[in-house]
This record gives sequence, structure tokens and C-alpha cells, in this order.
Amino acid sequence: MKKLLSSGTLFIWICGLGVAASLLMVFGLLFLIMINGLGFFWPKDLVELTLKDGTTVLGEIHEREIIPHSISPELPEGKGRLLIKIGNRDLYGLDFRWVDEQDIISRAKPPDAVMLERREWGNFYGRVSRILRGDRIVASGTEASWQVLPQLIERANALQEEIQHVEKDLIGDLNYQIEQARLAIRAHELKGERDSPEIAALKRDIAHYEQIYQQYVAKLQALTDQLDDYAVVMQDTSGQETIIPIGLIIKALRPNEMDVMEKCLMYLANVWALLSEEPREANTEGGIFPAIVGTVMMVLMMSIAAVPFGVIAAVYLKEYAHQGWVVRMVRIAVNNLAGIPSIVFGVFGLGFFVYTVGGTIDQLWYPEALPNPTFGTGGILWASLTLALLTVPVVIVATEEGLASVPQEYREGSLALGATKFESILRVILPCALPGILTGFILAVARATGEVAPLMLTGVVKLAPSLPIDSHFPFLHLDRKFMHLGFHIYDMGFQSPNVEAAKPMVYVTTLVLVTVVVTLNLTAITLRNYMRKRMKGAAV
Amino acid sequence: MPSSVDIVSQHPHTTFAHLQDMEPPMPHPLLDSKPKITIEQVDFYYGEKQALFHITLTIPTRKVTAFIGPSGCGKSTLLRCLNRLNDLIEGTRLKGRICLDGQDIYDASMDVTDLRTRVGMVFQKVNPFPKSIYQNVAYGPQLQGIRRRAELDAIVERSLQGAGLWEEVKDRLHQSALGLSGGQQQRLCIARALAVNPEVLLMDEPCSALDPISTAKIEELLHTLKEQLTVVIVTHNMQQAARVSDVTGFFLMGELIEYDDTKKIFTNPSDRRTEDYITGRFG
Ligand SMILES: Nc1ncnc2c1ncn2[C@@H]1O[C@H](COP(=O)(O)OP(=O)(O)OP(=O)(O)O)[C@@H](O)[C@H]1O
Ligand SMILES: [Mg+2]
Repeated sequence: MKKLLSSGTLFIWICGLGVAASLLMVFGLLFLIMINGLGFFWPKDLVELTLKDGTTVLGEIHEREIIPHSISPELPEGKGRLLIKIGNRDLYGLDFRWVDEQDIISRAKPPDAVMLERREWGNFYGRVSRILRGDRIVASGTEASWQVLPQLIERANALQEEIQHVEKDLIGDLNYQIEQARLAIRAHELKGERDSPEIAALKRDIAHYEQIYQQYVAKLQALTDQLDDYAVVMQDTSGQETIIPIGLIIKALRPNEMDVMEKCLMYLANVWALLSEEPREANTEGGIFPAIVGTVMMVLMMSIAAVPFGVIAAVYLKEYAHQGWVVRMVRIAVNNLAGIPSIVFGVFGLGFFVYTVGGTIDQLWYPEALPNPTFGTGGILWASLTLALLTVPVVIVATEEGLASVPQEYREGSLALGATKFESILRVILPCALPGILTGFILAVARATGEVAPLMLTGVVKLAPSLPIDSHFPFLHLDRKFMHLGFHIYDMGFQSPNVEAAKPMVYVTTLVLVTVVVTLNLTAITLRNYMRKRMKGAAV
Repeated sequence: MPSSVDIVSQHPHTTFAHLQDMEPPMPHPLLDSKPKITIEQVDFYYGEKQALFHITLTIPTRKVTAFIGPSGCGKSTLLRCLNRLNDLIEGTRLKGRICLDGQDIYDASMDVTDLRTRVGMVFQKVNPFPKSIYQNVAYGPQLQGIRRRAELDAIVERSLQGAGLWEEVKDRLHQSALGLSGGQQQRLCIARALAVNPEVLLMDEPCSALDPISTAKIEELLHTLKEQLTVVIVTHNMQQAARVSDVTGFFLMGELIEYDDTKKIFTNPSDRRTEDYITGRFG
């Protein structure tokens, strides 16, 4: 026994066990997220269940659960219940329904069962019955109508795209310009001018814009009318009929008829839609594109603020400051800063950045917009700066370590060639410390991407009307509110009225968030390894 | 003279024959010639600890001066005083005067970076920067504001040739300097120092980490270098000091014991301790 202890074998085993346990947890977590997240995109078969009471249920099976014997002793052992997504929220009020396996008489996968993805009310499951144009029947009978449907949907989607274009781009631009002109007039008025020629010109501009606006509105109306031209009459599993305007439909599938190849293609299309589209239905459907953009931009802006600042601070602390008790205290303070709960930073960011700095900026440079705040409210800039504050200690510590690892001979060698201290730092020491700096960057990104709490106080929103980056000058709108994957997860998972429907989206969003973090980190790690190799002289 | 005989027998490659042939006509022919550096009454302190005691000596122009002595006797300290590299260490203090061409280098009017381009240094621990060979050599000239590519190319070639490295690296100038062998790296460090056209080159045990062939190459180099500049070298290798230097100083516990013609030191030292040291009786 004593030998076992002194040889250290036991210790090594305990260490190994610890590592194994951590790995297991990490991979378990990733595995869970992957399984639940990636399954979401797969077009599931539609199952029609006939129940004992004569009714039928049509939908996708989402989950199966064994009912414990203790709860319902009347059921035989091993029986369970199924969670069916029945869709048709406009008819049934709920998307999901539990069905006891006990009650099921037969199951079928009817080839003519149709899944409609809609812009509102979630999916519809049923059969196509007729297609109408106004009151006139264009096609009737399941098969005939199904043949016509795809072209109609395609046309509707094209129309939708055009409507989007008119609404977002054209009218959006116009509104922006009207707002700018209005602010310019207000600015002139604040300067005490009443009827200067500039104001008159601006007013003429506004009148002109408003004229164009009327044209756009007319165009929009025409498009919307076209959209409502056609409608499809759908029959749910019980035979109840509903009229659905084609303009509401995004796509129609008969999943039971699709082969594996088609499903794979559909899978990829779904993935792409998620990544590139905007959210619908209180974020529980549609894509998460704005959240991805918001997260990445916020992290980049955070890095731009935190890394140079942290590096400069570390260089001062390590290379210039006299290594006395003051520097020691500063170091302790910096290390402690990294341990402060992030919500505290959020409160500080709100009080300092948003109200104090932002408020002052508004008074000085945007008085014409008051009382509406421009920078005096949460926005991506303040959120990024708050996170930069949170991560700067990490950068400082890592950079200091990087600087400490630069051999003294390099410093002396550089100085002996007539370099000043500053030149040595810039041209020899910092390049050698780059791996350390990148480590700091990696840690900062990992920390910043995962933070949600401080963002909720400083600028994140459930649904941002526009991205913080667009085609209007100055292209980067630092004052805008933004969406964030972490907050998106919280919002969908815990704030949404339709939890079951949101669940897969939560997993998918988590998966995307993890992917974003991993991608950012891998980029930095690759860069660091490249730098390290260069330092060792193996490459280049 | 038992001392010199001992050394010759210890090391067959070394002959002091040429030294013995010509007896010194004058007591200090070299030391009296035009001095490059004069050191007067220098005391040096690391905080409270005194490392050098009243050092006085003159280093002749375009000669090789060697500092020898047991470990910890202050050779490196003195060498690093000559380009003020000790300024980096907090709490150091120097008393006395060190003059380069008659100008006090510790004077407030002295520009330290300027001094260091005039007095270059090669270190015991080979320290090329983790950059390419070219960038290593061009580093000093670039600091001086030379930006033109052609000019830099010329300086790099000249310096590498001066360090006897050109032929070996001319095809791989833009590869990492860390891929060179130890001896090549040390010659690269010499080339790097030469690139800024120094008047004095300080070498602190430049060969202690090198194999005999690399050492021989560097020693050969010293012979050509001293036509251009003044070299001060610290070495633990008696044969090396005898082979390469014109003047030798022997240090013990921070004091200069004897400073004279290399020939005289190795054949007829006037101090007993010098003789003991070079014959290997202590140190
Ligand atoms: N940075 C320092 N701080 C304090 N004392 C130092 C420092 N550097 C050297 N010393 C001391 O000064 C004395 C002289 O050191 P120095 O390095 O000059 O010796 P050296 O002759 O070069 O020895 P070696 O042959 O081992 O290189 C030694 O006693 C050493 O302990
Ligand atoms: Mg030494």
C-alpha cells in the first residue's frame, strides 16, 4: 500500500479519472446539443394515428415517453405515450399533443399527407382539397390541386420577396432620408434659424420623399393584392376545411413521398434558411441570422476595444512600471476584476456608458433628436465596451505572461544594436509575445461570447428592427440595438408562449452559438500555432 | 618558465613560439598606442554589492583585448559597462570614468542608443531574433532609418560577408534565423552587430557554447575584424585568449590584477596569481 502511494501510481490514476470525467461531460454536452439540434432540420414523416374513440391524429412524432407503472397501474408494463406535433394552431390552439399508445388502434403514413410551412400560425398538417382564385375553383381533388400548388407557392414567394424589397429597402431608405431631413431641420431650428433657405430646401425634399412614398405604398398594395389572389383549401385529418391564402405559405411538402435524397436536400435547405433568414412568430420560427450577425459583430467590436487596451496596459505594467508595491496592487486589482460577476459590469455599463457617456454625447452632438435618445440608450457600442471591460483583465494577464516568456537576451540583443526601449518592445518583444496575446484574445472571446447578463442591460433586444450594419452611411450603426444568440436562447427557451415549439430552436441556436465560439477560437488558435512555429524557426 | 610550457603541453594546437621569439622591446608598446577606450578608477555596484574595484585600464584601437579570470570576477560586468547595458538592471551604480575616444560615456550629454551603435555586442547566449536571417541583419540599419531596399541589401550582404556567413546563407536569407546551426547563429549575431558599423565590438564568451570548428571560424574572423575595429573579448579559454588577443587583462574578485601584452601575460606574468590562474592551478 505504501509502495502504491509513494510510486504515485494512485495519483496518476486519480488525475486520469478527473480528465476522463471532464471530457465525458464536455462531449456529453456537445453530443446532446448536436443530436437535438441537428435532428431539427430533418423533414420528419407524417403519421396518421387512429384512436380508440374513432378520431384521428395527423402530425410528426417528436418524442416517446414510457409511463411509469406506479403512475398508471391500469396500463401494462412498458407502454408509453407519444408527443405529436399536430400543428394547425389556428384550428386547435395548440401545436402539440400527447397521445397514449394504449389508445392507438392503427398507425399509417399516408402518402398524400401535406405539411405546409406558413408565415403565421406555424405548420399546417392535412390534405389539399381545392385551389381557389377569388371564389372560383381553379383545381379540385387532392392530386390535381397538389400538382398546381408548387408553382403558386413559388410565385407567392417571389411576390413576397418583392414586397420585402419594397418595404425594407425602398421604404426603409426613404424613411431614413425623411428622418435625416427632419433632424436637419430641427438642428437648424435649434440654432435659432426660422425660415432660412436651407430649411425650405429640406422641407421641399421631405415633400418630394413623401410623394415617392405614396407611390411605393400603392405598389405595395398592388403586390399584396396579387398575393391574396389564390388560396388553398386544406382539409385537416378530421375533414375540417380551412382556407389558407397562398401568400401565407412558405413551402409545401409531402414528406412521406420523399426519398432519402430529397430529404437530404431539404435538410440542407432548412439549415441554410435558419442561418440566413430573419426570425418569425416571436422568434420561435424562421432563422437566426440577425442574432448571428449581432453576436459576431459584438465580439469583434469587443476585441477591437479590449485587445489593444489590454496589451498596452500589460506592456506598461511589465516593461515600464517600477515593479514596486503599487504595481503589485494594480495586478491584484486586475486579477480580481476578472472575478466580478458579469451583471455588475452590466449595471456599471448602463450607468456609466449608457446614461453618462451616451447621455452626454446626445446632448452635445444629437440635440435635434432629443428627447429620443441616440446614444443615450443601450446599443451595440455600449454592450461591446461593457464586455471589453469584462475581458480586459484576461487580456492583461495573458499578455503579461507572454511578455514574461520573452527571453532577456532578446531585449539586450535589441538594445545593444542601438534600439530604444520602445523600438525593442515594438519590433522584437511584442512579436515574440504574440502567442501570449492571442491566448488572451482567445480567452476573451470565449468569455464574451457566452455572456448574456450584462448585455440585457446595455443593448440586446428580443427583436431588432434592423441590423447594426447596413447600406446607409455610415454603414456601421453603433447606436443600434442588436440581437444576440445567447439572449435568443434565453428568450425562446424561457420567455416564449409556445415552449414545445421553441425547444428544437433552442437546441439549434445553442449549437450555432457553440459553433460561433469554436470557429472564432479555432481561427485564433491556428494563428497562434502558426506564430509559435515561426518563433521556433520550423516554418516560414 | 613553467607556465607557458604547461599550456603548450596541455594543448597541442596552441603554440606560443611566436610570442617567445620576439622579446618585448618596450614595456607597453600597445597600451601606449592611441587608446580607444579609457577606464579610470571604476567602481561598480549591484545595489549594495560591489562587483568592480578601482578598475583602470586603456583599450587600444584596432586590437583584440581579452579579459580573463575565474567565474564571478566581474569580466561581464565590466564589458557591459562599456555599452551601458548595465543601465537596464535596477539599482546599479558606477563610480569613475569610462571614455570612448576621450568622451565620457556616462556623461548626461551621451546618447545611449548612439553609444550602443558605436559599441556593438555579441553575447554568450546565442540570441538571433525569431525573424528571418535578412531581418536579423537589417534590424540595426532599419532602426537608424535606412529604408531603401537596395541599400539594405548591400548592408546585409556586406555584414554577412564580414562575419564569414554569406556563402552559407545567401540562398536562404528569408528563412528563419533559428534554423541555422549554433555556430552559424553566433556568426549571424556578429553580422547583425557589424551591420551598424560599430567602432568597438564587445564579445562575452562568444564561443562557450560552440563546437571546436565553429570556434575556429570565429577566431579566424577576429583576425580580420581587428583590421576594422576594436574588439574586447571575454573568454574562459586560455588558449583562445593567447591565440586571438593582443592585450590581456586578468581579473580576480572584481579587481584587475594584471594588464599587459598577451605575450607577456602568458609567458612571463608579473603577478603570482596570474601565473597560477593561467597554468590552471585555480579558477
Ligand atoms: N544582475 C546582477 N545583480 C546582482 N549581482 C550581480 C548581477 N550580475 C552579476 N552579479 C554579481 O557580480 C559579480 C560579477 O559577475 P560577472 O557576471 O561580471 O562575472 P563574470 O566574470 O562574467 O563571471 P562568468 O565568467 O561566470 O561569466 C558576481 O559576483 C555576480 O554575482
Ligand atoms: Mg560572464
